[in-house]
Amino acid sequence: MASAVPASFDTFPKLLMHHAQARGERPAIREKDLGIWQTWTWREFADEVRALACALAAEGLKRDGHVALVSDNRPRLYAAMCAVQCLGGVPVPLYQDAVAAEMAFPIQNAEIAMAFAEDQEQVDKLLEILPQCPTLARIYYDDPRGMRQYNQPQLKSYESLLAAGREAYQRDPRLVDAEIEKGKASDIAGMFFTSGTTGVAKGVVHTHASLLQPARIAAEMEGLGDEDVVLAYLPPAWIGQNIFSCAQAFVTGYCICCPESPETVITDMREIGPTYYFAPPRVLEALLTQVSIRMEDAGRLKRWLYAKFMKIANRVGGALLDGKPVSAAERLLYGLGDVLVYGPLRNVLGMSRVRVGYTAGEAIGPDLFKFYRSIGINLKQLYGSTETAVFVCVQPNGQVRSDTVGPAVPGVELRFSPERELLIRSPGLFREYYKNPQATHEAKDAEGWFHTGDAGFFDADHHVKIIDRVKDVGKLADGTLFAPKYLENKLKFFPYVKEAVCFGHLRDKVCAFINIDPEAIGNWAEKRNLPYAGYTDLASRDEVYDLVGGCIERVNADLAGEPEIANSQIQRFLILHKELEADDGELTRTRKVRRGFIGEKYRELVEALYAGRDSVHVEAQVRYEDGRTGTYSADLKIRDAKTFAPGAAQALRRAA
Amino acid sequence: MILSVENVSLAFGGVRALQEVSFDVQEHEVRAIIGPNGAGKSSMLNVLNGVYHPQTGKIRFRGEEFTDMESHRAAAMGIARTFQNIALFKGMTVLDNIMTGRNLKMRCSFLHQALWLGPAKREELEHRRAVEEIIDFLEIQHIRKTPVGRLPYGLQKRVELGRALAAEPKLLLLDEPMAGMNLEEKQDMCRFILDVNEQFGTTIVLIEHDMGVVMDISNRVVVLDYGRKIADGTPEEVRNNQRVIDAYLGVAH
Repeated sequence: MASAVPASFDTFPKLLMHHAQARGERPAIREKDLGIWQTWTWREFADEVRALACALAAEGLKRDGHVALVSDNRPRLYAAMCAVQCLGGVPVPLYQDAVAAEMAFPIQNAEIAMAFAEDQEQVDKLLEILPQCPTLARIYYDDPRGMRQYNQPQLKSYESLLAAGREAYQRDPRLVDAEIEKGKASDIAGMFFTSGTTGVAKGVVHTHASLLQPARIAAEMEGLGDEDVVLAYLPPAWIGQNIFSCAQAFVTGYCICCPESPETVITDMREIGPTYYFAPPRVLEALLTQVSIRMEDAGRLKRWLYAKFMKIANRVGGALLDGKPVSAAERLLYGLGDVLVYGPLRNVLGMSRVRVGYTAGEAIGPDLFKFYRSIGINLKQLYGSTETAVFVCVQPNGQVRSDTVGPAVPGVELRFSPERELLIRSPGLFREYYKNPQATHEAKDAEGWFHTGDAGFFDADHHVKIIDRVKDVGKLADGTLFAPKYLENKLKFFPYVKEAVCFGHLRDKVCAFINIDPEAIGNWAEKRNLPYAGYTDLASRDEVYDLVGGCIERVNADLAGEPEIANSQIQRFLILHKELEADDGELTRTRKVRRGFIGEKYRELVEALYAGRDSVHVEAQVRYEDGRTGTYSADLKIRDAKTFAPGAAQALRRAA
Repeated sequence: MILSVENVSLAFGGVRALQEVSFDVQEHEVRAIIGPNGAGKSSMLNVLNGVYHPQTGKIRFRGEEFTDMESHRAAAMGIARTFQNIALFKGMTVLDNIMTGRNLKMRCSFLHQALWLGPAKREELEHRRAVEEIIDFLEIQHIRKTPVGRLPYGLQKRVELGRALAAEPKLLLLDEPMAGMNLEEKQDMCRFILDVNEQFGTTIVLIEHDMGVVMDISNRVVVLDYGRKIADGTPEEVRNNQRVIDAYLGVAH
């Protein structure tokens, strides 16, 4: 590993120029173009940035001027971003798949005058909102395809901008260096707009220090160096992408690789073999599904090998990765499995060289998480947000678990408010929400604590456990913490449970509605020769109740081991007669359960659960897909679930 | 004018597929041939690239005149085509299929190529680059190495267009490029056809049933019915032509 970069290089442009000197011929960025990986060395990258900065200066970019960037991951995007920073400007990456209307607000809000657009599609969107965004005077486009007929005065190609910049640089090579020297760590380095799903979008302002410092600390913690390779495949407007493929690359000098197109990511990953990897749980899940499907189609011998060795991996893989003691015989078997199954599997996934893999963003199922760790991929969880420059909690090697997000990263202070809200004070904290002092004030208090809105607690090892959003967390009648989403997620990790809705706020116990997964349970029923007529019939079977009851029992056993929430074990449940639907208003369009609405709509069922009855009669209106309505009428069974005394479940859990 | 067809007649025994058809195609234009089923559209296309040999009439392509064209000659002169019912090599990858479109541009001998000697290697790299540019142009990078037989229909159509483009044609004949596609695939295809026309300056003659597409992307339209030309003009003119309306909707007898 290369020597650490001195901390005196405290801005992005200064770091870039340092790398161009220190490791000028090493790869900085790779991009697959016309089927061949093209490499930009740090020197080439710096040259392009310098020229571009000269051109932007000539175009009138001032210090603190905002520049929008709408592009997928491309070397030129990163060059443009850094060129803007060279002049003290502020790059504002926007989501490249946002529709035109969604781009209008950030551009108006940040009074953006210049924008970089990847291609015709992005240019079209920017031109569409031009009437609402009078400040936007310049649009630079990279890919000239289809642009021949465009003659708007705002448009200019990246090529011509670069050519002008190279000339300007020849004339006055000192201009850029002087501007770079003026840059301070406390200058603004970027602005990231939050998605706006929870209200109006807010521009999160980060300084060079608040992006680079956490990046540096985390890189040191994981031992990242200039030999490492990262595949940049998530949207550049997301802060994580910026940290992984910009801030950390600039801190360590590692190489980032841009896929050929969004559809080729899996192939590109296999070709590049990244050593450092990030994926949200849904990506990991999609990969695992692919593996499972391909295994089902494989020959009998391969299927047998896979089943056999995955069992061994499941037993000892994680322990080996954590450096825990494992018997010699098991080690030998695992080694054999590594040659026959795990190695090839890692290779297919493009993860043969992954040293550090992160996942974050939502709760990850323990089985999913364990799968990757058991085949020898060092997947870990982290916790962070746009406002905290990602690194708040990271699981250190050897302390990796599926149900926590790990302890605080060095330099980060954490505490929980009485409402159990996680508060953070760290060097990576954002400076402010752009032009929104009120929101800034609400999120960041006078002592500098950032209020995350996430509720959780420290477990016995001082790992942070995030359970829900603060506003959704309630209390049972006896004062026990009640985090419905945490319970529901635990239930949903079982393949048989599609949705779950837990009730318990201000009640004496927790009860749940379950939606079974018709495909998984249908399959299960077929294997048992269990005939059924349809969803409603399947959902009312005693066998299915037993199956679901077993799932709940395991969740309860888990909960019993967590003193904080041991009392929120699920005591009674019923299986709903219909699937929860977004069309019926029971789910949001992004398929999150609308707990309040469901509680109201099925009030009788909820009352029956709490009244201790064995069954409840439902008559419900349903809306069919063709718009007709009909009525259902059925008797739903209600069952008690087995619960455990707090702590007593440990033994059972170990046995399972 | 890049192509003109004068009084072409084609008969199979007693079936007169084309009767005295004449029209022309301007350089750089998108020209559509439309007509009800059995009107002779595909026959016309087959005459143009030498699959069928008309009994009478003349074809003039870029100043040269023929009575009947030979397929290989048409290809050598810069006429490429796609087929109504996709004619790709199903077991070969997308890349290899498009590479076959470069066949006429390969100069090295069989021996050179078999041994991958210097010039053959250089040549192959050059062709591969041309093929990669087409792959990039048609946005099919993700299926570069996929056997064509495994692709959905819409993508196969795109690959076929890619193979035709690989020949760097002056004139591109498209036989129902959007048949069997859904709306989104049609829109994509329209965009590619227009981009080909604009970026490479390729002249395009296409047969299409989707009137919306035809009216949107073509500069001029020829209408055939029972082997005869019944109208010729801009989409607007053709749309309002009574004979065309009659041919499509039928007339009371």
